[in-house]
Amino acid sequence: MNPTIPSIAAREAEVIAEFQLADGDWELETELLIDQGNLLEPMDPALKTEATRVHGCVSQVWLHARLEEGRMHLWADSDSHLTKGIIALLIRVLNFQKPADIVQTELRFIEEIGLKHLLTSQRQGGLAAMVKKINAEASRYTPNA
Amino acid sequence: MLLNTAVAFDVNRIRADFPALHQSINQKPLVYLDNGATAHKPQCVIETTKQFYAHGNSNVHRGIHTLSQHATNAYETARKTIRRFLNAPSEEEIILTSGTTMSCNLVAHSFGEAFLKTGDVVLVSEMEHHANIVPWQLIAARKGATVKAIPITDNGTIDLDVYRSFLTESVRLVSLIHVSNMLGTINPIHEMIQMAHEQGILVMVDGAQSAPHLPIDIQALDADFFTFSGHKVFGPTGTGVLFGKKHLLEQMPPFFGGGDMIRTVSFDETTFNVLPHKFEAGTPNIAGFLGLDAALNYVMEVGFDGIEAHEQQLFAYAHAQLRAIDGLTLYGPSTDKAPVFSFMVQHIHPFDLGTLLDKQGIAVRTGHHCTQPLHRRFGLSGSVRASFTFYNTLEEVDALVHGIQKARRFF
Repeated sequence: MNPTIPSIAAREAEVIAEFQLADGDWELETELLIDQGNLLEPMDPALKTEATRVHGCVSQVWLHARLEEGRMHLWADSDSHLTKGIIALLIRVLNFQKPADIVQTELRFIEEIGLKHLLTSQRQGGLAAMVKKINAEASRYTPNA
Repeated sequence: MLLNTAVAFDVNRIRADFPALHQSINQKPLVYLDNGATAHKPQCVIETTKQFYAHGNSNVHRGIHTLSQHATNAYETARKTIRRFLNAPSEEEIILTSGTTMSCNLVAHSFGEAFLKTGDVVLVSEMEHHANIVPWQLIAARKGATVKAIPITDNGTIDLDVYRSFLTESVRLVSLIHVSNMLGTINPIHEMIQMAHEQGILVMVDGAQSAPHLPIDIQALDADFFTFSGHKVFGPTGTGVLFGKKHLLEQMPPFFGGGDMIRTVSFDETTFNVLPHKFEAGTPNIAGFLGLDAALNYVMEVGFDGIEAHEQQLFAYAHAQLRAIDGLTLYGPSTDKAPVFSFMVQHIHPFDLGTLLDKQGIAVRTGHHCTQPLHRRFGLSGSVRASFTFYNTLEEVDALVHGIQKARRFF
């Protein structure tokens, strides 16, 4: 594999380690999440269309995926800062990965960093919708998935 | 006993009656400001429903046996209490439903079936809950009628001159929200009913948000239909009330068919039961209505004099405190309102604010509150709503303000 791109598991471990420092403090977790969102590469407004809209989220979310040189390139945005933070984490873990790897991975970082306790059940549904959409995009480039 | 006049309003004594208020959420004392969605239940309501299932459980209007007769008596007593709560003329005009949504669907479907024809108009307002829009759209589409909406002012109120101009000859019925669930605006419903009646137009009132805050006198209002939800008046979920004038209900066909609503059934001809049973098919929410009976008795014992005085104090204080928050916009700033506030805080998505308030133990509603046209009217897709009721305190207003300020610091 490309040595410059850490694996999904390595990325997840990185995120988990960062959030462990918050030690369950919701204020620190919130700050971390908002910071992640602020670091997200801006999404071209022209890409925010009905086709890229992720339905099932309480806020507006757009996700665009493209295959370049065998790897998934992801862009996303939301009008909610907290949602944007969650998207940023997903992108951080899954960006530039091979579609087959994305499809085969059962993400564990969301559970591990206790992100779920920061999310309402509605938001958890939205998160599931985002993961599903990324998987669906990746599946398009994974014939046997 | 003169309990309702003798006991002064004491919010701490009242709070002691509501077990759900005394809990921690996210390690913080619960500040429950989502009463517009549903209200908590006093112990007497919880105890009544529990006792029914533990000892009294039986079906109503069916058995000759003792338990069934007790259940029937208790269920019909609930209807009597509801009649008294609304000051309705008779019990046969009190239909027990599952909630305001079902009541609206019942009237739209059944009244619409009997009275609406091509070219007719059903008039609603821009501040209606979806439950008072969509059922009318469904029946209007079937009958070739249309649903028109009275626009509202920037202040979140209905201009009565504009309203009058909408009362044209083709309007068959006006269906209006009494108190806006988003803005808290109290519509001048009595005057609006009179204006419609002058033109020979019937009026239905959605009282889901008024019944918990204001005394309702159906006879003084002269509403043709009036509905409210039990769970917002401290009763169990799945209980609702529809009042309808007898001469109208008699002309309307049944909505649901089934047990209890018939007199005789044969494959040649089925005849229907008398009012109110004609509209109550199947086994009703018996435990729920026994609970609602307890809830309404509780509210009447506390008394609307005390409730209104306390809520006006809450409204005035919360209104002033929220307005003082930098970057906070309150929608529908009129002051003749129930203690319901919908707002946005600059740079914070309503769901983010709702989430961060929840982290501080504060429960508010976020989203469009089932009033998308009204949100659109204010250029919004959602907002944050804090809805108070008589068990809330001035300290909880402070907690909300502090919570909003804390949330702002993250952005």
